[in-house]
Amino acid sequence: MMEPFRTLEAVAAPIATANVDTDQIIPARFLWRKRSDGWGDLLFHDLRFSDDGSPKPDFVLNQPAFRDARILVAERNFGCGSSREAAVWALYDYGIRAVIAPSFGDIFFNSSFQNGLLPVVLPAERVAALRTMLKQTPGTRLSVDLAAQTVSGPHGRDSFTIAPFRKECLLAGTDDITYTLAHRDAIVAFEQAYAATLPWL
Amino acid sequence: MLEKIWASHAILARPDGATLLHVDRHFVHDGSANAFRKLKEKGLSVRRPENTFATPDHYVPTTSRDAATQEPHRRQMVVDLDANARESGVAQFGLSDRRQGIVHVIGPEQALTQPGMLIVCGDSHTATHGALGALAFGIGASEVAHVLATQALWQTKPKTLRITVDGTLAPGVHAKDVILAIIATIGAAGATGHAIEYAGSTLRQMSTEGRLTVCNMSIEAGARAGMVAPDDATFAYLHGKPYAPKGPDWDKALAYWRSLVTDAEARFDREVALDAAGIAPMVTWGTSPESAAAITGRVPDPAQAPDAARREAIERALAYMDLKPGTALTDIAIDRVFLGSCTNSRIEDLRVAAKIVDGRKAVVPAMVVPGSGLVKAQAEAEGLDAVFKAAGFEWREAGCSMCVGMNGDLVGPGERCASTSNRNFVGRQGKGARTHLVSPAMAAAAAVTGKLTDVRTLMRP
Repeated sequence: MMEPFRTLEAVAAPIATANVDTDQIIPARFLWRKRSDGWGDLLFHDLRFSDDGSPKPDFVLNQPAFRDARILVAERNFGCGSSREAAVWALYDYGIRAVIAPSFGDIFFNSSFQNGLLPVVLPAERVAALRTMLKQTPGTRLSVDLAAQTVSGPHGRDSFTIAPFRKECLLAGTDDITYTLAHRDAIVAFEQAYAATLPWL
Repeated sequence: MLEKIWASHAILARPDGATLLHVDRHFVHDGSANAFRKLKEKGLSVRRPENTFATPDHYVPTTSRDAATQEPHRRQMVVDLDANARESGVAQFGLSDRRQGIVHVIGPEQALTQPGMLIVCGDSHTATHGALGALAFGIGASEVAHVLATQALWQTKPKTLRITVDGTLAPGVHAKDVILAIIATIGAAGATGHAIEYAGSTLRQMSTEGRLTVCNMSIEAGARAGMVAPDDATFAYLHGKPYAPKGPDWDKALAYWRSLVTDAEARFDREVALDAAGIAPMVTWGTSPESAAAITGRVPDPAQAPDAARREAIERALAYMDLKPGTALTDIAIDRVFLGSCTNSRIEDLRVAAKIVDGRKAVVPAMVVPGSGLVKAQAEAEGLDAVFKAAGFEWREAGCSMCVGMNGDLVGPGERCASTSNRNFVGRQGKGARTHLVSPAMAAAAAVTGKLTDVRTLMRP
């Protein structure tokens, strides 16, 4: 289900609200779904749709210029709150492959890498400048190059940092279970020594 | 303390800092179905079922102990957990077991949570367990599958933040007020990338249950984990509990636990200090836990905000909450009260609330949802259920309930709820629901007056 992430060139949509929590990204009442059911139709459900199910015209992803967005440029603490990985699944299944923000909720950040979604941390003033540009010129496309660790567009180019382990996994499109199981011997050796030290556990 | 626990659990460290950590305890709940599916898809099984413990909490009914009474999708989540636990050989505190309850209540209650452990759970409030001196944090479904498959997890060491609270809390001020004051001070992203160690005389004087409340909301300040150094109160709390070490093992464990305490010369990446004497009963007015204020305060005026972004955020929150700038917080009428959640559903929480409720009547719908079957039984043994029922409160079965509404216990659209839970997010307790986070004492005060109320005005000698 997870595709490798190398480069992405796509429309970017601005979300200027700070502390967009995972309850906003995917309301709790939908969380019984299976991963394989698909979650894209539920992304930002209560922000995106009226009670009668019609799209809210003022929500950014409902505006024609941003409908095909695959990148979000957000505000501080994006994805805070509940650990629900369905927040990542909803973004991914909708088509979003990268979120740029000054900071992220910790669990959301870690879960993104497990699913092929790239969270990019840039300084707050750079992210604010990007959002201003996207607002002034709706439909602007940005390029994200994971190998080079850059975000570029009409504004110029920003470099970002990423943990090498996370970068390797994203570039290869693998989750880390397979990687870890290759270290089974080290795990077993650790567990034996640990049990000898702390026998009551 | 973080350094010591980290070092003792490191299996492998990559040159880039990613470290494979051994997991002592993995708690799973009825939101874990997709993680078990992922495990099966990969043809793997649970590597160490003896380190894994299950309980249904998010989707369980609180009106009965019969899952058949639940709407089918919710019931299926409880059924799936039961099947996954059986197939995997994982011990489960099932719905018909008196020990069932909210995963973050039963871990400490059973002494499954112990100092020095590394504990994970697919729930963001896992930092709760840090109150006993464990390193505990929430993980997503993919990481749950990873831990099920390997009993280990890749992590990068968080930065450290020590929050020192010194002094004595005034009567009517509780652990919930302390953590809300901390979040209001540092912000909802104030501890992002950090593990918090809570220290100072206030924390030392606080009961273990109070510390659980404080650590529980670490994630609401953005922290990955929150912890308190274990002390004699911790050890007394654990002694004799079902999964605590026994006999000679207890003495060995105790010596180890005492060695975990942070060295006096330990350096933290950041330090924050609060004065306990300056903390009043707190209440949130907005849609992030950082929007908390003393009950003696007023709804903020967006015009006074320091910048445009902050002004817009306050305006948006006040529009959702249907509040006017400058309104006294004690003038806000509420529609219902929820007393429960992994933050505030332990026996001390119920005792404090019952003391306020005793001899009074709830004037709005109010419900008490104990954190576990054992908390419920203890409360009934003390007659607290009778106090609540006499005041018109509903007395329910254990579960997460109205904190997140996944079991169907919902706050209606536009309804305003004084809640002892941990999140006042838009729609958290139900679509259109308006949440004011408070302590159990403040929830009790709101129930008997029908508005947000300074509990200190209702306290009796």
